[in-house]
Amino acid sequence: MSATVVARDGSATESLRGVALRTAQAYSNPYLAGFGLGLVLLGAFVVMGRGLGASGAFASVAAAVSTGVAPEAARSNDYFARYLSASGAPRIDWLLIELVGVTIGGFVSAFLAGRLSRSIERGPRITDGSRLRFAFAGGAIMGVGAVFARGCTSGQALTGGALLSVGSWLFMGAAFAAAYAAAPFLRKAWT
Amino acid sequence: MSAPFFEFGAFGESASFGVALIIGIAFGWFLERSGMGSARKLAGQFYLRDLTVFKVMFTAIVTAMLGAFWLGWMGVLDLSRVYVPETFILPQLAGGLIFGAGFAMGGLCPGTSCVSAATGRIDGFAVVIGMFAGVLATGLFFDPLQAFYESTPKGAFTLPQLLGTGEGIVVLGIVLIAIAGFRGAEALERRSARMPSR
Repeated sequence: MSATVVARDGSATESLRGVALRTAQAYSNPYLAGFGLGLVLLGAFVVMGRGLGASGAFASVAAAVSTGVAPEAARSNDYFARYLSASGAPRIDWLLIELVGVTIGGFVSAFLAGRLSRSIERGPRITDGSRLRFAFAGGAIMGVGAVFARGCTSGQALTGGALLSVGSWLFMGAAFAAAYAAAPFLRKAWT
Repeated sequence: MSAPFFEFGAFGESASFGVALIIGIAFGWFLERSGMGSARKLAGQFYLRDLTVFKVMFTAIVTAMLGAFWLGWMGVLDLSRVYVPETFILPQLAGGLIFGAGFAMGGLCPGTSCVSAATGRIDGFAVVIGMFAGVLATGLFFDPLQAFYESTPKGAFTLPQLLGTGEGIVVLGIVLIAIAGFRGAEALERRSARMPSR
Protein backbone atom coordinates (compact mmCIF):
# COMPACT_ATOMS: atom_id res chain seq x y z
CA MET A 1 0.00 0.00 0.00
CA SER A 2 1.12 3.51 -0.54
CA ALA A 3 0.65 6.27 1.94
CA THR A 4 0.85 9.90 1.04
CA VAL A 5 1.25 12.75 3.45
CA VAL A 6 0.21 15.99 1.87
CA ALA A 7 1.82 19.06 3.36
CA ARG A 8 0.24 22.50 3.45
CA ASP A 9 1.96 23.62 0.27
CA GLY A 10 0.60 20.62 -1.59
CA SER A 11 3.94 18.84 -1.84
CA ALA A 12 3.75 15.21 -0.85
CA THR A 13 6.07 12.88 0.96
CA GLU A 14 5.30 9.35 -0.03
CA SER A 15 6.37 5.92 1.04
CA LEU A 16 5.60 3.26 -1.52
CA ARG A 17 5.18 -0.12 0.14
CA GLY A 18 7.46 1.14 2.86
CA VAL A 19 10.49 0.79 0.59
CA ALA A 20 11.34 4.09 -0.97
CA LEU A 21 10.89 7.28 0.97
CA ARG A 22 11.31 10.32 -1.18
CA THR A 23 10.15 13.88 -1.18
CA ALA A 24 8.47 15.06 -4.34
CA GLN A 25 9.67 18.26 -5.96
CA ALA A 26 7.69 21.39 -5.19
CA TYR A 27 5.37 22.63 -7.92
CA SER A 28 6.47 25.37 -10.32
CA ASN A 29 5.80 29.04 -9.81
CA PRO A 30 2.13 29.44 -10.86
CA TYR A 31 2.81 32.55 -12.97
CA LEU A 32 5.62 30.79 -14.83
CA ALA A 33 3.48 27.66 -15.43
CA GLY A 34 0.55 29.87 -16.46
CA PHE A 35 2.80 31.70 -18.94
CA GLY A 36 3.86 28.33 -20.40
CA LEU A 37 0.23 27.25 -20.62
CA GLY A 38 -0.65 30.53 -22.33
CA LEU A 39 2.10 29.98 -24.92
CA VAL A 40 0.71 26.48 -25.61
CA LEU A 41 -2.75 27.98 -26.12
CA LEU A 42 -1.31 30.70 -28.37
CA GLY A 43 0.55 27.99 -30.28
CA ALA A 44 -2.75 26.19 -30.86
CA PHE A 45 -4.27 29.43 -32.23
CA VAL A 46 -1.32 30.03 -34.56
CA VAL A 47 -0.80 26.47 -35.79
CA MET A 48 -4.38 25.12 -35.79
CA GLY A 49 -6.71 28.12 -35.66
CA ARG A 50 -8.41 26.64 -32.63
CA GLY A 51 -7.82 26.42 -28.91
CA LEU A 52 -7.55 23.72 -26.26
CA GLY A 53 -10.30 21.51 -24.89
CA ALA A 54 -11.16 18.56 -22.70
CA SER A 55 -14.90 17.98 -22.38
CA GLY A 56 -15.34 17.67 -26.15
CA ALA A 57 -13.14 14.57 -26.04
CA PHE A 58 -15.48 13.02 -23.46
CA ALA A 59 -18.41 13.83 -25.75
CA SER A 60 -16.82 12.15 -28.77
CA VAL A 61 -16.08 9.01 -26.73
CA ALA A 62 -19.69 9.04 -25.46
CA ALA A 63 -20.92 9.39 -29.06
CA ALA A 64 -18.68 6.52 -30.19
CA VAL A 65 -19.90 4.29 -27.35
CA SER A 66 -23.55 5.08 -28.03
CA THR A 67 -23.16 4.43 -31.76
CA GLY A 68 -21.52 1.10 -30.92
CA VAL A 69 -24.42 0.09 -28.65
CA ALA A 70 -27.33 1.60 -30.55
CA PRO A 71 -26.24 2.94 -33.98
CA GLU A 72 -29.70 4.14 -35.06
CA ALA A 73 -30.36 6.01 -31.83
CA ALA A 74 -26.93 7.67 -31.91
CA ARG A 75 -27.35 8.82 -35.50
CA SER A 76 -30.74 10.36 -34.79
CA ASN A 77 -29.46 11.96 -31.58
CA ASP A 78 -28.70 15.58 -32.41
CA TYR A 79 -26.05 15.83 -29.70
CA PHE A 80 -24.06 12.70 -30.53
CA ALA A 81 -24.49 13.16 -34.29
CA ARG A 82 -22.17 16.20 -34.24
CA TYR A 83 -19.36 14.00 -32.91
CA LEU A 84 -19.87 11.30 -35.55
CA SER A 85 -19.07 11.25 -39.26
CA ALA A 86 -21.85 12.01 -41.74
CA SER A 87 -22.57 8.28 -42.03
CA GLY A 88 -22.87 7.96 -38.25
CA ALA A 89 -19.54 6.22 -37.69
CA PRO A 90 -17.13 7.30 -34.94
CA ARG A 91 -14.41 9.59 -36.25
CA ILE A 92 -11.02 10.58 -34.95
CA ASP A 93 -11.58 13.72 -32.97
CA TRP A 94 -8.76 16.28 -32.73
CA LEU A 95 -9.65 16.97 -29.11
CA LEU A 96 -9.49 13.30 -28.19
CA ILE A 97 -5.92 13.03 -29.52
CA GLU A 98 -5.10 16.25 -27.68
CA LEU A 99 -6.49 14.83 -24.42
CA VAL A 100 -4.44 11.65 -24.86
CA GLY A 101 -1.48 14.02 -25.11
CA VAL A 102 -2.58 15.73 -21.89
CA THR A 103 -2.44 12.46 -19.97
CA ILE A 104 0.99 11.65 -21.44
CA GLY A 105 2.33 15.12 -20.64
CA GLY A 106 0.93 15.00 -17.11
CA PHE A 107 2.40 11.56 -16.51
CA VAL A 108 5.88 12.47 -17.82
CA SER A 109 5.96 15.71 -15.83
CA ALA A 110 4.94 13.94 -12.61
CA PHE A 111 7.39 11.11 -13.24
CA LEU A 112 10.33 13.46 -13.71
CA ALA A 113 9.37 15.41 -10.58
CA GLY A 114 8.89 12.31 -8.42
CA ARG A 115 5.21 13.11 -8.04
CA LEU A 116 3.69 9.86 -9.32
CA SER A 117 1.74 8.42 -6.42
CA ARG A 118 -0.98 5.83 -6.31
CA SER A 119 -3.17 7.56 -3.78
CA ILE A 120 -6.50 9.15 -3.03
CA GLU A 121 -6.37 12.85 -2.32
CA ARG A 122 -8.99 13.91 0.16
CA GLY A 123 -9.65 16.19 3.10
CA PRO A 124 -8.64 14.92 6.55
CA ARG A 125 -12.20 14.42 7.77
CA ILE A 126 -13.69 12.05 5.17
CA THR A 127 -13.02 8.44 4.23
CA ASP A 128 -11.47 7.27 0.96
CA GLY A 129 -14.86 5.84 -0.03
CA SER A 130 -16.67 9.15 0.51
CA ARG A 131 -13.99 10.97 -1.43
CA LEU A 132 -14.41 8.64 -4.39
CA ARG A 133 -18.20 9.05 -4.30
CA PHE A 134 -17.82 12.85 -4.18
CA ALA A 135 -15.32 12.66 -7.06
CA PHE A 136 -17.65 10.58 -9.22
CA ALA A 137 -20.70 12.74 -8.41
CA GLY A 138 -18.75 15.97 -8.97
CA GLY A 139 -17.50 14.64 -12.29
CA ALA A 140 -21.02 13.66 -13.37
CA ILE A 141 -22.42 17.08 -12.44
CA MET A 142 -19.59 18.77 -14.37
CA GLY A 143 -20.40 16.55 -17.34
CA VAL A 144 -23.99 17.84 -17.42
CA GLY A 145 -22.80 21.43 -17.10
CA ALA A 146 -20.13 21.05 -19.77
CA VAL A 147 -22.69 19.82 -22.30
CA PHE A 148 -24.88 22.91 -21.85
CA ALA A 149 -21.89 25.24 -21.67
CA ARG A 150 -20.37 23.65 -24.80
CA GLY A 151 -17.07 23.23 -23.06
CA CYS A 152 -15.28 23.41 -19.77
CA THR A 153 -12.39 25.21 -18.12
CA SER A 154 -10.22 24.42 -21.16
CA GLY A 155 -12.48 25.01 -24.15
CA GLN A 156 -14.50 27.85 -22.68
CA ALA A 157 -12.58 29.54 -19.85
CA LEU A 158 -9.05 29.37 -21.29
CA THR A 159 -9.70 29.30 -25.03
CA GLY A 160 -12.85 31.43 -25.27
CA GLY A 161 -11.56 33.66 -22.48
CA ALA A 162 -8.40 34.53 -24.43
CA LEU A 163 -10.50 35.11 -27.57
CA LEU A 164 -12.82 37.47 -25.62
CA SER A 165 -15.96 35.36 -26.20
CA VAL A 166 -18.93 36.69 -24.21
CA GLY A 167 -20.30 33.18 -23.54
CA SER A 168 -16.93 31.99 -22.27
CA TRP A 169 -16.59 34.85 -19.77
CA LEU A 170 -20.20 34.24 -18.73
CA PHE A 171 -19.38 30.54 -18.19
CA MET A 172 -16.27 31.41 -16.19
CA GLY A 173 -18.13 33.86 -13.94
CA ALA A 174 -21.01 31.43 -13.38
CA ALA A 175 -18.71 28.47 -12.69
CA PHE A 176 -16.61 30.31 -10.11
CA ALA A 177 -19.70 31.86 -8.49
CA ALA A 178 -21.34 28.44 -8.15
CA ALA A 179 -18.14 26.84 -6.86
CA TYR A 180 -17.78 29.50 -4.15
CA ALA A 181 -21.49 29.16 -3.30
CA ALA A 182 -21.19 25.37 -3.01
CA ALA A 183 -17.86 25.36 -1.12
CA PRO A 184 -19.27 26.07 2.40
CA PHE A 185 -21.54 23.01 2.08
CA LEU A 186 -18.57 20.86 1.05
CA ARG A 187 -16.22 22.07 3.79
CA LYS A 188 -16.16 18.66 5.44
CA ALA A 189 -14.89 17.07 2.24
CA TRP A 190 -11.85 19.33 1.92
CA THR A 191 -10.83 20.91 5.23
CA MET B 1 3.78 32.90 -44.07
CA SER B 2 0.32 33.35 -42.70
CA ALA B 3 -1.29 31.85 -39.66
CA PRO B 4 -3.31 29.85 -38.63
CA PHE B 5 -1.15 27.43 -40.62
CA PHE B 6 -3.72 24.61 -40.70
CA GLU B 7 -6.47 26.96 -41.86
CA PHE B 8 -4.28 28.14 -44.74
CA GLY B 9 -3.53 24.58 -45.80
CA ALA B 10 0.08 24.32 -44.62
CA PHE B 11 -0.57 20.70 -43.60
CA GLY B 12 -3.38 18.16 -43.82
CA GLU B 13 -5.70 16.44 -41.39
CA SER B 14 -3.45 13.50 -40.51
CA ALA B 15 -0.61 15.87 -39.62
CA SER B 16 -3.07 17.86 -37.52
CA PHE B 17 -3.47 14.80 -35.26
CA GLY B 18 0.28 14.82 -34.64
CA VAL B 19 -0.03 18.50 -33.75
CA ALA B 20 -2.91 17.61 -31.39
CA LEU B 21 -0.70 15.11 -29.58
CA ILE B 22 2.20 17.57 -29.21
CA ILE B 23 -0.06 20.41 -28.04
CA GLY B 24 -1.79 18.03 -25.62
CA ILE B 25 1.51 16.82 -24.14
CA ALA B 26 2.63 20.42 -23.57
CA PHE B 27 -0.79 21.29 -22.07
CA GLY B 28 -0.65 18.32 -19.68
CA TRP B 29 2.96 19.11 -18.78
CA PHE B 30 2.19 22.66 -17.63
CA LEU B 31 -0.98 21.58 -15.81
CA GLU B 32 1.01 19.00 -13.82
CA ARG B 33 3.98 21.37 -13.26
CA SER B 34 1.67 23.95 -11.69
CA GLY B 35 0.04 21.40 -9.37
CA MET B 36 -3.31 21.46 -11.16
CA GLY B 37 -3.41 17.66 -11.07
CA SER B 38 -3.94 17.80 -7.32
CA ALA B 39 -7.57 17.94 -6.16
CA ARG B 40 -6.64 19.29 -2.74
CA LYS B 41 -4.65 22.11 -4.29
CA LEU B 42 -7.52 23.01 -6.64
CA ALA B 43 -10.08 22.83 -3.83
CA GLY B 44 -7.91 25.28 -1.87
CA GLN B 45 -9.02 27.88 -4.41
CA PHE B 46 -12.59 27.68 -3.13
CA TYR B 47 -11.53 28.13 0.53
CA LEU B 48 -9.14 30.98 -0.37
CA ARG B 49 -6.13 29.08 0.99
CA ASP B 50 -4.37 28.39 -2.32
CA LEU B 51 -5.15 30.57 -5.32
CA THR B 52 -2.96 28.66 -7.79
CA VAL B 53 -5.94 27.96 -10.07
CA PHE B 54 -6.70 31.65 -10.46
CA LYS B 55 -3.04 32.59 -10.98
CA VAL B 56 -2.35 29.89 -13.56
CA MET B 57 -5.61 30.40 -15.46
CA PHE B 58 -5.43 34.16 -15.66
CA THR B 59 -1.72 34.21 -16.53
CA ALA B 60 -2.49 31.76 -19.35
CA ILE B 61 -5.50 33.75 -20.57
CA VAL B 62 -3.59 37.05 -20.52
CA THR B 63 -0.56 35.51 -22.27
CA ALA B 64 -2.60 33.93 -25.09
CA MET B 65 -4.87 36.98 -25.39
CA LEU B 66 -1.95 39.43 -25.71
CA GLY B 67 -0.11 37.11 -28.08
CA ALA B 68 -3.15 36.70 -30.34
CA PHE B 69 -3.87 40.44 -30.20
CA TRP B 70 -0.32 41.46 -31.14
CA LEU B 71 0.13 38.78 -33.81
CA GLY B 72 -3.21 39.87 -35.28
CA TRP B 73 -2.18 43.52 -35.16
CA MET B 74 1.13 42.73 -36.90
CA GLY B 75 -0.78 40.87 -39.62
CA VAL B 76 0.89 37.53 -38.87
CA LEU B 77 -2.22 35.82 -37.48
CA ASP B 78 -5.58 36.14 -39.23
CA LEU B 79 -7.89 36.22 -36.20
CA SER B 80 -10.97 35.82 -38.41
CA ARG B 81 -9.71 32.27 -39.10
CA VAL B 82 -9.34 31.38 -35.40
CA TYR B 83 -12.47 29.61 -34.18
CA VAL B 84 -14.23 31.61 -31.45
CA PRO B 85 -16.64 29.45 -29.39
CA GLU B 86 -20.21 30.52 -30.13
CA THR B 87 -22.23 32.17 -27.39
CA PHE B 88 -25.58 30.83 -26.15
CA ILE B 89 -26.44 33.04 -23.17
CA LEU B 90 -28.87 30.98 -21.05
CA PRO B 91 -27.47 27.47 -21.59
CA GLN B 92 -23.93 28.69 -20.92
CA LEU B 93 -25.05 30.53 -17.79
CA ALA B 94 -26.88 27.43 -16.50
CA GLY B 95 -24.07 25.14 -17.66
CA GLY B 96 -21.52 27.28 -15.84
CA LEU B 97 -23.50 27.19 -12.59
CA ILE B 98 -23.91 23.39 -12.76
CA PHE B 99 -20.27 22.93 -13.77
CA GLY B 100 -18.98 25.09 -10.89
CA ALA B 101 -20.93 23.11 -8.28
CA GLY B 102 -19.51 19.86 -9.67
CA PHE B 103 -16.00 21.38 -9.75
CA ALA B 104 -16.17 22.26 -6.03
CA MET B 105 -17.46 18.78 -5.23
CA GLY B 106 -14.98 16.80 -7.33
CA GLY B 107 -12.05 19.18 -6.85
CA LEU B 108 -10.88 18.74 -10.45
CA CYS B 109 -12.07 19.94 -13.83
CA PRO B 110 -12.22 17.67 -16.92
CA GLY B 111 -8.69 18.41 -18.16
CA THR B 112 -7.05 18.34 -14.74
CA SER B 113 -8.88 15.12 -13.81
CA CYS B 114 -7.03 13.41 -16.68
CA VAL B 115 -3.71 14.73 -15.36
CA SER B 116 -4.64 13.65 -11.84
CA ALA B 117 -5.58 10.14 -13.02
CA ALA B 118 -2.40 9.90 -15.13
CA THR B 119 -0.28 10.64 -12.07
CA GLY B 120 -1.87 7.80 -10.09
CA ARG B 121 -4.63 9.59 -8.19
CA ILE B 122 -7.59 7.25 -7.93
CA ASP B 123 -9.92 10.15 -7.05
CA GLY B 124 -8.85 11.77 -10.34
CA PHE B 125 -9.82 8.61 -12.15
CA ALA B 126 -13.23 8.69 -10.39
CA VAL B 127 -13.78 12.25 -11.68
CA VAL B 128 -12.90 11.09 -15.21
CA ILE B 129 -15.44 8.25 -14.99
CA GLY B 130 -18.07 10.56 -13.48
CA MET B 131 -17.50 13.19 -16.16
CA PHE B 132 -17.94 10.57 -18.86
CA ALA B 133 -21.14 9.31 -17.21
CA GLY B 134 -22.51 12.85 -16.98
CA VAL B 135 -21.83 13.66 -20.65
CA LEU B 136 -23.19 10.29 -21.79
CA ALA B 137 -26.38 10.62 -19.71
CA THR B 138 -27.02 14.19 -20.89
CA GLY B 139 -26.47 13.08 -24.48
CA LEU B 140 -28.85 10.15 -24.11
CA PHE B 141 -31.58 12.43 -22.71
CA PHE B 142 -30.86 15.22 -25.18
CA ASP B 143 -34.25 15.30 -26.89
CA PRO B 144 -36.21 17.14 -24.16
CA LEU B 145 -33.17 19.35 -23.42
CA GLN B 146 -32.44 20.38 -26.99
CA ALA B 147 -34.74 23.43 -27.09
CA PHE B 148 -33.02 24.92 -24.05
CA TYR B 149 -29.57 23.87 -25.33
CA GLU B 150 -30.13 25.87 -28.51
CA SER B 151 -31.85 28.87 -26.88
CA THR B 152 -30.50 32.47 -26.87
CA PRO B 153 -27.93 31.98 -29.67
CA LYS B 154 -25.58 34.91 -30.28
CA GLY B 155 -23.09 33.32 -32.68
CA ALA B 156 -19.44 34.30 -32.33
CA PHE B 157 -20.00 37.20 -29.96
CA THR B 158 -17.09 39.01 -28.35
CA LEU B 159 -16.68 41.42 -25.45
CA PRO B 160 -15.67 44.32 -27.76
CA GLN B 161 -18.95 43.78 -29.67
CA LEU B 162 -20.94 43.60 -26.42
CA LEU B 163 -19.35 46.75 -25.01
CA GLY B 164 -19.17 48.59 -28.32
CA THR B 165 -15.52 49.44 -27.77
CA GLY B 166 -12.25 48.64 -29.50
CA GLU B 167 -10.50 45.36 -28.91
CA GLY B 168 -7.42 47.11 -27.47
CA ILE B 169 -9.45 48.70 -24.67
CA VAL B 170 -10.95 45.33 -23.66
CA VAL B 171 -7.52 43.64 -23.75
CA LEU B 172 -6.04 46.42 -21.60
CA GLY B 173 -8.97 46.19 -19.18
CA ILE B 174 -8.54 42.42 -18.74
CA VAL B 175 -4.79 42.85 -18.16
CA LEU B 176 -5.44 45.48 -15.48
CA ILE B 177 -8.12 43.34 -13.81
CA ALA B 178 -5.75 40.34 -13.86
CA ILE B 179 -2.92 42.35 -12.26
CA ALA B 180 -5.28 43.58 -9.55
CA GLY B 181 -6.49 40.00 -9.10
CA PHE B 182 -2.93 38.68 -8.73
CA ARG B 183 -2.18 41.28 -6.03
CA GLY B 184 -5.41 40.36 -4.26
CA ALA B 185 -4.61 36.63 -4.53
CA GLU B 186 -1.16 37.13 -2.95
CA ALA B 187 -2.70 39.16 -0.11
CA LEU B 188 -5.38 36.51 0.52
CA GLU B 189 -2.79 33.72 0.65
CA ARG B 190 -0.65 35.69 3.11
CA ARG B 191 -3.71 36.24 5.28
CA SER B 192 -4.82 32.59 5.29
CA ALA B 193 -1.23 31.48 6.04
CA ARG B 194 -1.37 33.56 9.23
CA MET B 195 -4.69 32.05 10.31
CA PRO B 196 -4.62 28.64 12.00
CA SER B 197 -5.93 25.99 9.62
CA ARG B 198 -8.79 23.80 10.76
